[in-house]
Amino acid sequence: MKRLGAWLCCALLVVITCGCAQPKKAVNEIELWHWMTDRQDALEALARKYEQETGIRVKLSLFAPSDSYIQKIIAAAQANVLPDIYGILDKKTIFASFIKAGLVADLTSAFEADGNAWGKRFFVKAVDNNRFAVGNMDGVKPGIYGVPLDVSTVQMIYNRNLLKKAGIATVPATFEEFLAAVKALKRVGIVPFVTGFGETWIVDCFASNYAFNIMGEAKVMATFRGEVPYTDPDWMAVFTVFQTLAKKGAFIEGIVTKGNKYAEQDFALERAAFSFDGSWGVNIYKSMNPVLDYGVAPLPALKAANPMRVWGGAGSSLVVNALSPNKDKAVAFLQWITDTPQQAYLSEQTNNLPSNREASVGISPILGDFAKAMEQSTHPRVWILNEDPIVVEAFDKGIQSIIIGEKTPAQVAVEVQKIKLRQMGKVKRP
Amino acid sequence: MFSKAVPRHNQAISFDAFKNFLFVLPAVGIFSIFYIYPFFDLFNLSLHQWQGIGPKTFVGLQNFQELWGDKVWWSSMGHAGYITLIALTFQNALAFALAVACDREIRMKRFYTLIFFIPPVLSEVIVGILWNWILNAGTQNGQPIGLFNHLLVQVGLPNLVHNWLSDPASALTCIAVVHAWKGFGWGFIMLLAGLQTIDRQLYEVAKVDGAGSWTTFWNVTVPMMVPVIMVVVILTILGSMQVFVLILSLVNQGLVYHTEVPVTRILSSMSVTNQFGYACAQAVVFGIILVVVSFALKSLSNRMKQA
Repeated sequence: MKRLGAWLCCALLVVITCGCAQPKKAVNEIELWHWMTDRQDALEALARKYEQETGIRVKLSLFAPSDSYIQKIIAAAQANVLPDIYGILDKKTIFASFIKAGLVADLTSAFEADGNAWGKRFFVKAVDNNRFAVGNMDGVKPGIYGVPLDVSTVQMIYNRNLLKKAGIATVPATFEEFLAAVKALKRVGIVPFVTGFGETWIVDCFASNYAFNIMGEAKVMATFRGEVPYTDPDWMAVFTVFQTLAKKGAFIEGIVTKGNKYAEQDFALERAAFSFDGSWGVNIYKSMNPVLDYGVAPLPALKAANPMRVWGGAGSSLVVNALSPNKDKAVAFLQWITDTPQQAYLSEQTNNLPSNREASVGISPILGDFAKAMEQSTHPRVWILNEDPIVVEAFDKGIQSIIIGEKTPAQVAVEVQKIKLRQMGKVKRP
Repeated sequence: MFSKAVPRHNQAISFDAFKNFLFVLPAVGIFSIFYIYPFFDLFNLSLHQWQGIGPKTFVGLQNFQELWGDKVWWSSMGHAGYITLIALTFQNALAFALAVACDREIRMKRFYTLIFFIPPVLSEVIVGILWNWILNAGTQNGQPIGLFNHLLVQVGLPNLVHNWLSDPASALTCIAVVHAWKGFGWGFIMLLAGLQTIDRQLYEVAKVDGAGSWTTFWNVTVPMMVPVIMVVVILTILGSMQVFVLILSLVNQGLVYHTEVPVTRILSSMSVTNQFGYACAQAVVFGIILVVVSFALKSLSNRMKQA
C-alpha cells in the first residue's frame, strides 16, 4: 500500500511537471495567432507555399471571435507565451502598453532598409496605423511596430436599384440632399438606412466622421484635451445629426440593437437603400446576393468648410514578438506575405483591400471605390491622442438614447461633459 | 503489550490519514490552482488600477468606492434581479406545471419530456439568433420580417406590431422571457425527477381519506417537493443573475444601459474601457452578493425541511 502511495505521488509529480512545460517548437517553425476566420483558408494556402519555398513551417492558430482573441492575447502576454507573430486588435493605448512591456519588436529598420523598399509597398495610411510618431502621447519610442496585412475603409454604401425606384438620380453628397433622399425612399415604402448601431464602435465612427466635417480635426483633438466642452454648438450639431435622422425616419427599425452582421444581411437582401459599412462587407454582399448593384461614397457632408473624412487604414495588422527567438524568420515571412503576388492572392480569395498598393491594381471595381478613400482616411490609431474610453462609452450610449428618442442632444451633451470632467480629474494626461 | 499497541495504532492512523490526504491531494491542488489562487488574485487586482497589460497602480479601495456610486452598475443589478424574478415565477411555475402533468399517466409522456428539454440544450448564441429573428422589428415591402410581428398582422392585430428589442419598455422583458423559455427545461427535468420519487402510497392514502386532487397537491406533493424546489430556486437565481451570452446575442452591446446586467458591465469594464482593476472589483462584489444569497436560501431551505 505504501509502495502504491509512493507511485501515486511520483506519477502526480511527473504529470504536473510535464503539464507545466512549454511545448518545444521545431527549429524551422514560426507560430502565428490570428482572428480572421474569413482569411484562414487563404492564409493556410500561403503558409504551405511559404514552406515549399523556404522550408520554414508557419503554424497558424485561429482564435475567434475577435473579442475572444483580444482576451487570449492579453492572457498570453501576462503568461509570457505569445507566439512569434500576432495581432493587437485593441485600442492604440493597449498597443502602446504591449510595446512598453517589451512584447512588440520595433520594425522601423526593416521597413526603411534598402531605401525604404518594404515601406514603399504599402498605402501610407496603412503604415501610419502602426506608427508611433515623435512626441506621441503614449510615451512610446517613435517607430513602426506593425505590418498591415490588408486595409479597409468604412463608408456609406447605396443600392442603385432602390435609389432608382425612389426616383433618386444622384447619390446625395450633402446632408440636405440625403434628407430629401430619405423622404423620397419613404414615399415608396423603402427603408432608407441600415447599419449596426448595436455595436458602439460604429456609432463612434459615424459620429466622428461628422465631428471632423463640422468642426475639423483640430477642434476634435482640443475636445479630447479638455479645451472644448461637449456642450459646444459644434458637438451639439453632431448629436443633432442623429436626432434629425431618427425623427425623419431614416433608420431601420431596431437599429440601436442591430449588430453589423445583421445590418450587412439587411443591405445584401435589399431591405434598405443606404448602409454604413466597411470594405470587408463586399465579401458578405457577394456571398449573399451576387447580383446586388451597389456603390460606395463618403457620408453626406453637413458643412462644406471641412472635408468628410472616413475611417480607414490598416484593416488587419500583425506584429512580431520582441521576445521571440525567431524574430528574423517572422519578419522575413511578413515581408513575403506582403509582397505583391501574395497580396493579390489574399485579396482575390477574401475580397479584402490589399495593403500593398501594387496589388490593388487588379481588384474589383467596388473594392477600387473603397480604396479611393484611402488618401482622405483617418482613424483613431493615427490621431495624436484618443478620448478616454469611459467618455467614449458615455458618448456612444448617449447617441443611442437620442436615436430612440429618450434624450435630447442637449441632455446627452451635458451628461458626456460631466463624465469628461470627472475623468479629467482622475487621469493626468502627459 | 498495551503500551506498545498504542503507538502502533497511532502509526496506522497517521499512515491512513496520509494515504487519504494523498487521494484528495490532486483535487486540493486543482481547486487551489483554479479557484483559491484566482480568487485571491482577483481581489488583489481589484485594489489596483490596471489596463490588462503593463504596470499596475495600487489604489486601495478606490475601485470599490467608485463602484458604490456607479448608478449603471446598480441598475444592472436591478435588471438581473428582474430577469431572475421572471425566471423564478414564470419559468419555474411553467416547469412545475408541466412536470406535474408529465408525472401522470398521459400518452406520449416521453415525447413531451424530450421536447421540453430541447431549449436548455441549445446554445445561448443559437437561442439568441433564433429569437432575434422571431422578434425582428424590420419590414420588407411593407411586411414585417420578424415571425412574431408577422403573426400579429396575420391574426388582425397590426396595431400591436412593436419594436420589441429596441424599446426600453419591452427589451428587458423580452430578454427575461427568452431566458425563461430557454431555462424552464432544466427545472422541468429536476422537478419531474423529484415528483417521481414521491411514494405513490401517499397519494393512495390521501384518496382513501377523501382528499381531492387540489388538496392532495397542496398537502402531499408540495411538502414532499420542498427540497427539490429549493435546489431549483437556488440554481435559477445563480443562472439568471449571471445571464449574459443571451443578452449579447439578442441586443449586441445593449440598448443604451437598459439591458445591462452585472456580467455585461464586467465585460464592458474589461474590454471596452480597459479598467481591469475596476472589473475585478465588480466581480468581487457580484460574487459576494451571489454567495450571500445562496447561503441565505440554503439556510431557508434547511429551516423549511425542519418545519
